[in-house]
Amino acid sequence: MEAHGVTPVVLLACGSFNPVTNMHLRMFELARDHLEDTGQYRVVKGIISPVGDGYKKKGLIEACHRLEMARLATESSAWIAVDSWESLQPEWVETAKVVRHHFEKLTAEQESFDDTDTVKYTKKRRIEENCFEASSHQKRRDGPQLLLLCGADVLESFGIPNLWKQEDIAEIVGRYGLVCITRSSNDPHKFIHQSDMLWKYRRNIHVVHEWVTNDISATHVRRALRRGRSVRYLLSDAVVRYIQQYDLYSVESEQKNANVVLAPLQRYTGASKEVTAAAATPDA
Amino acid sequence: MANRRVPLVLLACGSFNPITNQHMRLFELARDHMHSTGQYQVVGGIVSPVSDSYGKQGLVQAEHRIAMAKLALRSSNWVTVDEWESQQPDWTETVVTMRYHNGRILREYEQRAGLQTDSSSNTNPHSGPSPQLKLLCGADFLDTFKIPGLWQDKHVEEVVGRFGLVSVSRGGLQPERTVHQSDMLSRHHQNIFLVREWVRNETSATEVRRALRRGLSVKYLVPDSVIEYIHQHNLYTEDSERRNEGLVLRPLIKKAHEPVNSLDD
Repeated sequence: MEAHGVTPVVLLACGSFNPVTNMHLRMFELARDHLEDTGQYRVVKGIISPVGDGYKKKGLIEACHRLEMARLATESSAWIAVDSWESLQPEWVETAKVVRHHFEKLTAEQESFDDTDTVKYTKKRRIEENCFEASSHQKRRDGPQLLLLCGADVLESFGIPNLWKQEDIAEIVGRYGLVCITRSSNDPHKFIHQSDMLWKYRRNIHVVHEWVTNDISATHVRRALRRGRSVRYLLSDAVVRYIQQYDLYSVESEQKNANVVLAPLQRYTGASKEVTAAAATPDA
Repeated sequence: MANRRVPLVLLACGSFNPITNQHMRLFELARDHMHSTGQYQVVGGIVSPVSDSYGKQGLVQAEHRIAMAKLALRSSNWVTVDEWESQQPDWTETVVTMRYHNGRILREYEQRAGLQTDSSSNTNPHSGPSPQLKLLCGADFLDTFKIPGLWQDKHVEEVVGRFGLVSVSRGGLQPERTVHQSDMLSRHHQNIFLVREWVRNETSATEVRRALRRGLSVKYLVPDSVIEYIHQHNLYTEDSERRNEGLVLRPLIKKAHEPVNSLDD
């Protein structure tokens, strides 16, 4: 039995997870503590959804390895799991679609679980076509609310031209909601204030301050690995072993997709797949 | 040649209240750095928790701090926990702990060298350079040299001059400045290794204790086995944080002119 007014929440994190680091996992812990501390939410599940190879990010190794590492890293967690749906799609999938997929999956699970429920999908299409009224339609259901978990950098990436479709941002923030973990150097409140769309849905954006700065980035981890430096205690021991076993991150693997335009930029600008000589930056 | 390198043991002294992933990270960063100098081969790391008589606020009993460090380091093949310092009846000056370990390491080395010359009569009587011991510390450690009454000058001189220091910092010029501003530290600068940590990682045991007494998660900051131990023994609470409250730190009381036992010296 849920205490009155306590909403079950599922947290979804999308990203490269190339490889998954302790900081990725820390974000889930911080978000859960923050949401449950409000007294309004109970976090029932965390989902890690690694991006597919079609994303074409520089240095992105095969999804099967990234999935397996995420699985190993979450083995010791009682509530965080890995989902392969996004990574198995042949083409890059917009984050809004990934969130929608998981929301529908949760709804279906809820409905099969609760077969006396009379509220069905009937209004779903209409709501999708309308502009999103806060996340009220989520809350009308009995099922858990789905929130996208991200770092402040993702929130700020909403401002990068051609990386996101505006209606996708509106759907993610308006219909579902965000939990944004900030590091000391970012000021998400200012960023929300400066965007009319984010400001409109500000009540769906939960900002969590990370007091203990923890800047482990996957980029740093890959750099250390190619240089033969230790990455112990930045990644789980099982992931370190897996990387060594398959010799995953090398100078060569970092050159993967080196001259390829990121899938979202290809899709939204109609850019050709190859970076032109003029546009190519040495450290893109 | 790899075997011409000086074998090096890194010693970390501190509260380890509790040990965190960041403590273990310091060892990894220091080892990589010392290897990259081409002059050293790191052969071991020692975690030496301070004894209860240190009098620091919130310090839980040494037996627990030792047990947690042992659990955390179970997966390491080169860093171990040593109980000697924590078992001393009174707080021990860092330099005294260094003398103890240095003596122990040299004795072991001589025994091994002796055995080698006995068995192989005419080959290579010397098995390479003798091992050294250096103190491993975090970024703020160098600054403690400046706190009045905390250190005796001759001890600082011995720590940096005779043994040496590996200090891991989070960037910025602060460590260089601290060395520059001290005549004594500058004199021994070739014996002070400043390691730059490029990833900012501010996990401190203080933050971990704070989160624990507030019922917040510390997973991925501290190994799972240590978290289990903490819960099992209900270690970090508001009560435990009040331990030694208002007490003056032992080094500040221990008289500067009090003779220091000259262990192995």
